Amino acid sequence: MIRSLSLATNNRVSFLLSTLFLISALSFSANATDTELNKKNNKIPVHEYDLENGLKVLVKQDKRAPIAVIQVWYKVGTSYEHEGITGLSHALEHMMFKGTKTRKSGEFERLVSAIGARNNAFTSQDYTAYYEVLASDKLEEAMEIEADRMRNVIFDPKEFEKEIEVVKEERRWRTDDKPASLTREQFNAVAFLNSPYRAPVIGWMVDLEEMTVDDAKIWYKKWYTPNNATLVVVGDVEPDAVHEMAKKYFGAYKSNPLPVVKTRTEVEQKGIRNITLKLPAKLPSLRMGYKTPAMISAKKGKVPEWEPYALEVLANILDGGDSARFAKNLIRGKEVAAGANSGYYGYGRLDNLLIISGTPAKGVSTQKLKESILEEIETLKSELVSEAELKRVKAQVIAGEVFERDSIQHMATLLGSLETVGLGHKYIDQYVPGVLAVTAQQIQDVAKKYLIENHLTVAELIPLPLGEKQEKK
Amino acid sequence: MIKLNQQQSNSLLKRPFAFSIAILFLLFSQISQAGPKIENWITSSGLRVYFVNVPELPMLDLRLSFAAGSAYDGDKLGISGMTTSMLNKGAAGLNADQIAENFESVGANFSANSGRDAISISLRTLTLDEQIQKGMENWLKVIEKPEFPEADFKRLKKQALIGLQAEKQNPGSIASKVFYKNLYPNHPYGEPQNGTEESINAMTTDDLKAFFKRYFVNKNGQIALVGSIDRKQAEAIAEKVSKALTSNDRGEGEKAAPIPEVKPLTEAKTIRVPFPSSQAHIFIGQPGNKRGDKDYYSLYLGNHELGGSGFTSRLMKEIRVKRGLSYSVYSYFIPMKEFGPFMLGLQTKLSQTDEAIKVAREVLETFQKEGPSEDNLKASKLNITGGFPLRTASNDDIVGYIDVIGMYDLPLDYLDTFTNIINDTSREQVIDAFKRRVDLDKLLTVIVGGEADVAKSDSANGEKKESTN
Repeated sequence: MIRSLSLATNNRVSFLLSTLFLISALSFSANATDTELNKKNNKIPVHEYDLENGLKVLVKQDKRAPIAVIQVWYKVGTSYEHEGITGLSHALEHMMFKGTKTRKSGEFERLVSAIGARNNAFTSQDYTAYYEVLASDKLEEAMEIEADRMRNVIFDPKEFEKEIEVVKEERRWRTDDKPASLTREQFNAVAFLNSPYRAPVIGWMVDLEEMTVDDAKIWYKKWYTPNNATLVVVGDVEPDAVHEMAKKYFGAYKSNPLPVVKTRTEVEQKGIRNITLKLPAKLPSLRMGYKTPAMISAKKGKVPEWEPYALEVLANILDGGDSARFAKNLIRGKEVAAGANSGYYGYGRLDNLLIISGTPAKGVSTQKLKESILEEIETLKSELVSEAELKRVKAQVIAGEVFERDSIQHMATLLGSLETVGLGHKYIDQYVPGVLAVTAQQIQDVAKKYLIENHLTVAELIPLPLGEKQEKK
Repeated sequence: MIKLNQQQSNSLLKRPFAFSIAILFLLFSQISQAGPKIENWITSSGLRVYFVNVPELPMLDLRLSFAAGSAYDGDKLGISGMTTSMLNKGAAGLNADQIAENFESVGANFSANSGRDAISISLRTLTLDEQIQKGMENWLKVIEKPEFPEADFKRLKKQALIGLQAEKQNPGSIASKVFYKNLYPNHPYGEPQNGTEESINAMTTDDLKAFFKRYFVNKNGQIALVGSIDRKQAEAIAEKVSKALTSNDRGEGEKAAPIPEVKPLTEAKTIRVPFPSSQAHIFIGQPGNKRGDKDYYSLYLGNHELGGSGFTSRLMKEIRVKRGLSYSVYSYFIPMKEFGPFMLGLQTKLSQTDEAIKVAREVLETFQKEGPSEDNLKASKLNITGGFPLRTASNDDIVGYIDVIGMYDLPLDYLDTFTNIINDTSREQVIDAFKRRVDLDKLLTVIVGGEADVAKSDSANGEKKESTN
């Protein structure tokens, strides 16, 4: 199902619980639950193999059903692009479904279909990934196909000509005709001055219009190489057999030198940034983002290790369910919001934002909603969160970890993304203990340190009547 | 809870809109081979139970469903959704805050959904003693004694009105609404699922209470239980649920009256709705098939090649791959209690609207005339049967399937026989079914997008403005 595979904004993925990292200092019942759960869950390890050509192979066994998911992750996405070629990684992803040196265009899809696989690919700021979900006895066929397109894709100008039109249609569908998406796109471009996170994954339309087949070909040659990729397999498989299979199909490729990636660390923000968008729409909306350090910055020692976990819990105190503060105080309570969300985006390659978005309730101004949200932020700084709230978030994290294991696709996606952004797949064992260790004081500390005006960008959407023609070329 | 990246693009999107339960049922319908072992019984108060033991993960999925979707709204449009949404806003002396806290303090997820045929109330919880006890206790209160508090209802109405506004700024939502309205004139399937401004404003908590009492009853419902509990525990839970449903003098209740029959369209119709978008959103279709339909398998198998299989489908090849006209293009049957839609959908920039419609129609006409080739039919069968194990790989998948089996009175071996029936379906049967069931002279076409001066309707019943509903 496409729905369950998309990692859109609202998708929350949580982590595997580990028996190895229990934190004895905790007195919450969350801790007891954690221990009890571990008795019932034998931890299944992730097997890691490194091929000589630099390809990383991660395998996790899950024998609940006779199926498997195979994913190939490349360390390339929008954040590797520069101005003028935005959207190139994604356009290349589209071209990866065309022909190879030994396969005509369309043959790839016929093969995948014949083995009963579901397949697709996705591009984000930090990665491009391809996958098949299939009966586990068909794994080898899928692996052969993925190996083939790692190095052998053919770039036919005629195919590109059609496919770039498809990408433009995707952009119209995904962004241009959706007020919320347009707002988000412009918001990001204002929140970040020089970080590559300012650009949309789909690319600016003007860049798509000028993109050529050679751009895609060069990009492919540059980044699609075994030493820039991770192969992830989760399901009813034998890890060592998967390793052998990977050697058989990917082993012949040589390692290739990779371009140096400039860090492009976002320059320090010197004051609040406000933008107003006027778009044909029916509903006003608000989007706010505070610059926050990502988990990777803690790993690199730039910020204390606990800070990203505290930010994660903080976001869940505001919006981690129907009993969280936004639902309780803004949607119910004051009734100023028809909807309000918050999320900490700290699991990428670069520092990102803690995002708050909302739609004012009927008859309430966007200004009033903004003030109410800012009051909630102030409360986080002036008062410690309650034991009950903290306990609730921790209980959800523990349960969520079990629930998410119901899907092998989610598990594979977690492993692949963590490895690809540089956190390493082993981070999966650190997440739950990291969250369980967060204290009320730490939440207050990160609120005071990061949720400040100088880190803030605010976008407000003011609806124009839908009868007015949108500006188009 | 980890939020990965904020934005993502896919190379393929088969189905761009969430049609809530109706569409989920469609996905669940794509099945075959030996399925999970389903146990089935009826509680002492008349509630049908479907249970699958899945021991590996310490969790339980529970879904209580009633034949109480928007098709049962009557003249109070939107009441099914509003009733379902109000359940957790106050029950057995607890307010909305307390109900939410009780679930979330043990990490349980509560959800309630409504579709055209059915509504469902779900719980996902860990099966550790403390979690399952507290989660179940709270959940039982919600289905036993919902209070429909006035203040919460007032707020929910405002939110519903905002929801209606949101539909009006989304060309896809508008197209879907206009499509259903014209596909099902004078039939409950054609009414807006979320109601209208007038119907929402006029609704009272007494209306909700009456709807609840009539439809949320043992004999009109079923419960699906999937997870690491044994038969004995499942029986105990089902009895408790069933007993809770007898409160408020509901007793065992009665089955809902049948949904009226759907009549076929009498003429071809094209409706254009102006909208300031860069793309036109296009739906083409007519009433399709229903659950338990004798042509179900032939139509499903045929549609796989027509527009149900993504890249290998004819529509995708002709519209997207060869011509670059649309990012997403598909066709499907949504089998429902009565004839659900057969629909073909795509989006394209305004200047390509006519071309895209022309190609899509040609693909449909050719397919109906020629049917699938033997080779393609074989390929479709391989894909459907080869992918069978994927369909019931997670607890979440299984609960969805058995919910459908119960709601539509499908045989318990529905999953087990699917593959064989698909394999036994011939090319002739597919061609015959498409000839009988798809009438090319009576297709409904809805186009949303473009300016008012060029957007003419060829039907007197056409929508004049985007804001009709």
